[in-house]
Amino acid sequence: MFQGNPERNRIRVLIAKPGLDGHDRGAKVIARALRDAGFEVVYTGLHQTPEMIVQAAIQEDVHVVGISVLSGAHNALVPEVIRGVKSAGLQDVLFLVGGIIPEEDFEGLKQAGCQMVFTPGTSLEEIINYIDKNAPAR
Amino acid sequence: MANDPGKIEAMQNHWQKKLTESLKKVPERPVRFTTWSDLEVPLLCTPNDLDRIGFDFEKDLGFPGEYPFTRGVQPNMYRGKLWTMRQFAGFSSPEETNQRFKLLLEKGQTGLSTAFDMPTLMGYDCDSPMALGEVGKCGVSVSSLEDMETLFEGIPLDEVTTSMTINGPAIVILAMYYVMAEKRGIPREKVRGTLQNDILKEYIAQKEWLFPIAPAVKCVIDTIEYGTRHYPNWNTVSISGYHIREAGATAVQELAFTIADGMAYVEESLKRGLQVDEFAPRLSFFFDVHNDFFEEIAKFRAARRIWAKLMKERYGAKSPKSWMLRTHAQTAGVSLTAQQPMNNVVRVAIQAMAGVLGGVNSLHTNSMDETLSLPTDEAVLVALRTQQVLAEESGVANFADPLGGSYLVEYMTHQVETAAWEYIHKIDEMGGMVAAVENGFPQAEIGNSAYHFQRQLEKKEKVMVGVNRYTMEEKKRAIETLYIDRAVEGRQAQKLKALKARRDGAKVQASLEGVRLAAQKGDNLMPSIMEAVRDWATLQEVCDTLRSVYGIYREDGKF
Repeated sequence: MFQGNPERNRIRVLIAKPGLDGHDRGAKVIARALRDAGFEVVYTGLHQTPEMIVQAAIQEDVHVVGISVLSGAHNALVPEVIRGVKSAGLQDVLFLVGGIIPEEDFEGLKQAGCQMVFTPGTSLEEIINYIDKNAPAR
Repeated sequence: MANDPGKIEAMQNHWQKKLTESLKKVPERPVRFTTWSDLEVPLLCTPNDLDRIGFDFEKDLGFPGEYPFTRGVQPNMYRGKLWTMRQFAGFSSPEETNQRFKLLLEKGQTGLSTAFDMPTLMGYDCDSPMALGEVGKCGVSVSSLEDMETLFEGIPLDEVTTSMTINGPAIVILAMYYVMAEKRGIPREKVRGTLQNDILKEYIAQKEWLFPIAPAVKCVIDTIEYGTRHYPNWNTVSISGYHIREAGATAVQELAFTIADGMAYVEESLKRGLQVDEFAPRLSFFFDVHNDFFEEIAKFRAARRIWAKLMKERYGAKSPKSWMLRTHAQTAGVSLTAQQPMNNVVRVAIQAMAGVLGGVNSLHTNSMDETLSLPTDEAVLVALRTQQVLAEESGVANFADPLGGSYLVEYMTHQVETAAWEYIHKIDEMGGMVAAVENGFPQAEIGNSAYHFQRQLEKKEKVMVGVNRYTMEEKKRAIETLYIDRAVEGRQAQKLKALKARRDGAKVQASLEGVRLAAQKGDNLMPSIMEAVRDWATLQEVCDTLRSVYGIYREDGKF
């Protein structure tokens, strides 16, 4: 799973930390695992506004945006990011969310355009497999 | 002679032969025998192992309440005073957290501990665009002295000790607390509690910062200096390993980096012209208590020994109070699992027991639901009751350092201490912790450990019950969780608007100008900030003033 796979080279993944949340352990571990698996990974660093994340997504022309939120602010921040990326004209992006997300919020995030929510206990392998299967073909 | 090394060795050789025989029939389980932090550990130890490491009763152990405090800081430990049961609490509005505080005190908790929300931790008011979606989520929202007064309404500040977990804008929050106590007429020496105020570990691990490192450290030293002169019983800094550990550090890294942070504050305070024995007794610590029972006990014992040696030998402290490492501990949030969450009650109990056997002075036990949301009243109560069962029923509070003298525990204490010293010496060579943090050294070490641990989990080299082993299909939601209504954001913003309309705007501007001047001149900021918050300047107004002088900090996206 962690072997670099040349087929993954073309997939660019943005790992993003929106809002004031400083919990970056998960985001960094995932960024590193995805890189080791062969994806091209960009990490935004901390304390990003949704606009900053949208900018980074456009600039890097990414296929996947993984948004990490552990502060409880996901309902306010995640839809902002997705809306921003889409209205900037970057179509066909896989949006993923990871963090402390209560189940009752899954539906709302999906409606906003997030395809999958990964909660604590998810293995790196599951995330990698999910991206393998669902990253846009473009 | 009771322990004849030759005889012990002969016995051990004999036993080893028998062991080798029996391993043919019952081989060891195919796992590496390491601690949760991946430290290799022996099956057992003998007096000969202690001889080999040079274990010396007088030098390494001694008695509780005496140098080097391996056995604890009180001569009679929990027979005199039980550890302080201090549950961290804070959510939503100051009114709601005030109710939770009162509930906890009514149920027998003995100290308060305040959790602030993300905007407060980053120096933003509740109505800032930066606060979008975050108000009251991870803690209580405090934007003004008025919020602070609501938060502690009806709580006797001269009887209860209060801990406040805040770092970047700690100096402003402390100013609000001092002014509140002053307005209530409480004598300064009766204002007792702890401010976390450990900014170095923010750059290392928790990542809630305001300014670049140098001015941020300067603010910490301002509070130490001011507290030393005016609030003799306030613990000015709680040097914290908790966040370092939660970010993925090993036990040894947690210990070493925390001690190194403490050394930086001591050195900066000395440079400010303070005498070590004036301020060192008010420095306190805060560590994690993680899964690995003996590793954690060894860590607490080693921590006290290292700090005592440093304070006495390196910094020349004369007062035994300066040598003592007093510590709060919290069970490991990161060890809690969303899967089968009731199991968390058991994890917390074991971790809490390790803390108590390790001789901590104050303890927070996590609630079983904290990996899902902020805790419910019921979950908090079980967590508090866990401590009360430990204190009243288990019998462990009868003894000072009950594991002292255990061959294994003394060996592991030495093992952890030695590894921590290696890091401390390395950081010395880098020019101290401020330089090490600027170079990203502890950050990179922690990132590597976090990744290593995750890989071990994936390979099932480390097992988390219910996560990568003993898993099962679960009902959608196994336990009730707390939901924070976003309406709090609007309510708080309304209150702030009303306050701003009511106050004397010219006075606020003048006092903020005072803060700016003090910052530009490099004066101690405490008096001017107290003046500003007394005139109802908000948290963000003070922080923005400081940001305009000091600038802001940004981390690169390295991973």
